[in-house]
Amino acid sequence: MRSKHWIEFAIESLIRVLGLSSIGFVLLIFLFLLKEGLPAFFEVAPENLFGVRWYPTFGLFGTLPLILGSLLVTATAIAIALPLGVATAVFVREVAPGWAREVLKPMIEVLAGIPSVVLGFFGMTVLAPLVRVTLNAPTGLTAFTGGLILAYMALPTIISVAEDALDAVPKSYRDAGLAMGATQWQTIWRVVVPAARSGILTAVMLGMGRAIGETMAVMMVTGNAARMPTTLDSLFRPVRTMTATIAAEMGEVARGSTHYHVLFGIGILLFVITFLLNLVAAGAIFKKRRRGGLR
Amino acid sequence: MVARRWLLWAFLLTVAAGWLGACAPGPTDEGTQESAQVAQTIENKGSDTLVNLAMAWAEEYMRLHPDVRISVTGGGSGTGIAAMINGTVDIANASRQMKPEEIAAAEANGIRPVEFVVALDAIAVVVHPSNPVDRLTLQQISDIYTGKITNWSQVGGEDRPIVLLSRESNSGTYMYFLEHVVRLGDKESDLLFSPDALLMPSSEGISAEVRQNPNAIGYDGLGYVTPDQKIIAVAREPSGPYVLPSVETVNDGSYPISRPLYMYTAGEPTGVVKEYIEWILTEGQALVPELGFVPIEGGGGSAD
Repeated sequence: MRSKHWIEFAIESLIRVLGLSSIGFVLLIFLFLLKEGLPAFFEVAPENLFGVRWYPTFGLFGTLPLILGSLLVTATAIAIALPLGVATAVFVREVAPGWAREVLKPMIEVLAGIPSVVLGFFGMTVLAPLVRVTLNAPTGLTAFTGGLILAYMALPTIISVAEDALDAVPKSYRDAGLAMGATQWQTIWRVVVPAARSGILTAVMLGMGRAIGETMAVMMVTGNAARMPTTLDSLFRPVRTMTATIAAEMGEVARGSTHYHVLFGIGILLFVITFLLNLVAAGAIFKKRRRGGLR
Repeated sequence: MVARRWLLWAFLLTVAAGWLGACAPGPTDEGTQESAQVAQTIENKGSDTLVNLAMAWAEEYMRLHPDVRISVTGGGSGTGIAAMINGTVDIANASRQMKPEEIAAAEANGIRPVEFVVALDAIAVVVHPSNPVDRLTLQQISDIYTGKITNWSQVGGEDRPIVLLSRESNSGTYMYFLEHVVRLGDKESDLLFSPDALLMPSSEGISAEVRQNPNAIGYDGLGYVTPDQKIIAVAREPSGPYVLPSVETVNDGSYPISRPLYMYTAGEPTGVVKEYIEWILTEGQALVPELGFVPIEGGGGSAD
């Protein structure tokens, strides 16, 4: 009996150490990021660092086109993925017959497992020519193409989290809606979806986090031209995102140079942006809990 | 409950066994064939432009000298040079010369890098096969890439917008093209690529876009140009001659856009690394044209 206690203690400690170490790793990574990236904010004058010209090999470190590029691509992705994702979640949870749900749910999870480089290659060879010909744009490697691919990548996240949120709406809400004489459509649209809205908001935030942090696929389909997306047609012109910039330039940069520090500085900006997104998402979940009734 | 506990134990044992296995030096497979002499290893890392050629050299050299093991990885010129400075690799491959700050970092580590020119790379200017333009002067290419010429009709083509494709700003190819084509070799010039230029992360990115987009113009190492792209004949002066890139035209100097590729060692190489580099500079050159690069003439040598 004593040995059993000892074993249990050993296993418990092991699991505890593993759990705590994940926090430790996050902290260490953040410290590393700060150590490598903070010098950028001292080495480069602010008007250069937040300027509009990104020519890092010539000392021009304007990150503004990169930040705006990331935001434009992410916003496009969410604008496409939000209606599609919520509609799919509603269909899977509220409308689809049992057997269809059994097929659809694993299929959606498989979507999440497609490697991003495969999607990027698909985007580069199939989607980009299609976009160029359909929109008669000079090139198919545009912010819009990146948005399409990212929307596809954010969809599984949005669908499964939104579906969980709909699932958490008590059956009594639906019964009450139908008993009042509302049609199924009215019940879904006016009762169930509003009741689940904070969960759906979380889904969108998580999808957005996925989209803004995605690198490979975006780098392959957005063309990576560091131009300011300020003209009206910018959506259908190339852009350069923050993640693609880091990924593309880190391999060739001289270690310890200003350019190296600026790339990590962009990493800090990205970290802050995703952290804020997660914070907002966590806040939404917290609010949902506090309101009660909805588990 | 009992079954579950057994599963847990089995899992822990597997993890432990795997960990031990990974830590052990693995004498079983290597020790038997090379019992008398421990295999000598050369670590070789750097430029993605050079990686295929470096791998071909390594494979051939290992076939000729079974007691030498050479591992080749890409990752970029900067990565390779940093690894050489840190002492984790013996040879760094680079498609550009070392920058002053990298040399300073090496000297701070007590290392004097030695440079070898191991091959030449012709840079081809490519367009879509349906594009009627088949010849350009260096001045026209420069004007195209700075954004002064924006329509193909300005250089004798159809009325289409020009889509500029470039390699990433840190790649050796980009720097070479900027200095020798966009700035036409003028050191005082401060011309830059147009901000509308698409920076493609890979040679395949450029190929894929040139292949399908009749508006596109791109440049890349000759070894990476596939037959479904059209190579532009380039002239120094508008009066010509317009020359297509090839081993002959690069070596006789008539094709204007070619650059050296480098290997760097930490200090003068010794022992097996020295033999390997000497082999690359002599017999190894026979492999160079097979990969689409241009061999150095007369065996080359240290350009330190």
